Amino acid sequence: MAEREQIKKPAPQREQTEVEDAPAASEQAEELKAELEDLLDEIDEVLETNAEDFVKSYIQKGGQ
Amino acid sequence: MAVPKICGIETEFGIAHTGTDDANPIAASSLLINSYLSEVERTGEGGPAAGVTWDFEDEMPGNDIRGIAPLGSLAPEIETHLVNAVLTNGARYYVDHAHPELSTPECSNALDVTRYDRAAELILRRSMEAAAQILPPGQELVVYKNNSDGKGNSYGCHENYLMARSTPFSQIVVHATAHLVTRQIFTGSGKVGSEAPGLTTEDVPFQITQRADFFEEEVGLETTLKRPIINTRDEPHADGRLYRRLHVIAGDANMSEVATFLKVGTTAIVLAMVEDDVLPREFRFRMPVLAMRQVSYDLSLAKPLELADGTSATALEIQWDLLDQARKYADSHGLDTVGGSVGEMVIDRWEQVLAGLEADPATLAGQLDWVAKYRLIQGLAQRHDLSPDDSRLAALDLQYHDLRPERSVAARAGLESLISADGAQAAITEPPLDTRAFFRGQCLKRWASSIVAANWDSIVFDVGDEPLRRVPMMEPSRGTADHVGQLLADCDTAADLLNRLRESGTR
Repeated sequence: MAEREQIKKPAPQREQTEVEDAPAASEQAEELKAELEDLLDEIDEVLETNAEDFVKSYIQKGGQ
Repeated sequence: MAVPKICGIETEFGIAHTGTDDANPIAASSLLINSYLSEVERTGEGGPAAGVTWDFEDEMPGNDIRGIAPLGSLAPEIETHLVNAVLTNGARYYVDHAHPELSTPECSNALDVTRYDRAAELILRRSMEAAAQILPPGQELVVYKNNSDGKGNSYGCHENYLMARSTPFSQIVVHATAHLVTRQIFTGSGKVGSEAPGLTTEDVPFQITQRADFFEEEVGLETTLKRPIINTRDEPHADGRLYRRLHVIAGDANMSEVATFLKVGTTAIVLAMVEDDVLPREFRFRMPVLAMRQVSYDLSLAKPLELADGTSATALEIQWDLLDQARKYADSHGLDTVGGSVGEMVIDRWEQVLAGLEADPATLAGQLDWVAKYRLIQGLAQRHDLSPDDSRLAALDLQYHDLRPERSVAARAGLESLISADGAQAAITEPPLDTRAFFRGQCLKRWASSIVAANWDSIVFDVGDEPLRRVPMMEPSRGTADHVGQLLADCDTAADLLNRLRESGTR
């Protein structure tokens, strides 16, 4: 493979995020996970009941 | 020199007619739009512009920027017999091919485009509700804001940008291609599986964009077959000596406002930089069409793309470079042509999103469609132990784009909003203040009964006692509230307006 060229990035501020302490990060991860579970509960409720028919019957011809 | 990046989005929506075995997409699309127009006429909301039809006088979608259309290229046909309305917000709402389509009014910046795109969703939603009142019980029209049916059929979400005619088209091709291929990492709406010939869900369980599978050419005039990354339609809808309109067909329709905002905002800035000739480096891909798919299939964002000069770069690296140039450009030239402070907002958000993509894309689940969708697809697959080709994942993919509030998955995904509910609501009926859409929208709002037709660059009036009068609007950044607000306020009737225009020679 050809040698890759290093491209200079504008000074990003993302180093700062590493300063955050670990417990806060894992707490946040737990929170996110719980939120996803709630969301999936809701999705299980609104998702079309016969997924196979629903997907099969969705046909769109004549588009740009 | 860069010209104001007047821009807009035209979205073809997917449509399903449920509860009948006798569905016809053209009839369904017509019913959907006519239901909305009748509803608007009945309630008086959104202005009485329903009777005003689109004027096809200046439509020339077969014109090619390169001057001559190559043999075998296929220009889109104009379907003048289908429903085609102009709305008081300056938008066009019509049946295109077999889809309902809505073009936003011309906007001066990416935030306004995002606002009118949100208004378009509300209009489609009201259309579905209005159609439900007319259809027999048990039937429904359902609209999806996506770009593919998962079976190899695609429909577009096109962007338009006003550009200086004097900018060499070859320069646009080089830099726009670099941007369109690599911006996919934040503009993609995500898709389960692949529709490219020979690839299955096993090869590509999930990809970043809806559209990448459908591009086959680098440059060309087509929009429905052999789609090119750079479209050469030369139909400026403005003074063709000064302007061209870059018609971008390579993007996804976005549910996320942040994605729409960045899609339009970053592209406007890149195009302004091309016009001002400030981009020092050309990223020419060795194989642009392949690069388009490579970016879309690479969820790690780490695989380098081969460049024609023998080096390589990742999509993220190219985007960092363009952002770096944009920061310098803002300092050297200012951002007036891309909406001033909105341009600054674009650059800040661009940097934040690239940093997020580099650190961990999952952190952008509240901002980017493909990340939000991927998180849900993975979550559902894990919860129910689904294989990648399980219909429930394809159903979730499709339903992410469902515009019915009670069914929409995107509406539940916790996406950040840039547009207030009031702002979106107002944009259903009110035109932008700072483009010619203001003149079009205000005229329709006040004098629809004296207007026989309108299009992007003119309005045709019929005030009874004289021949039809066409008022041209060849300059997209004129006809603004500043420019004609007082004039319109001083006129009681369309005849007054025509007289005043005749006297002053103002357009």
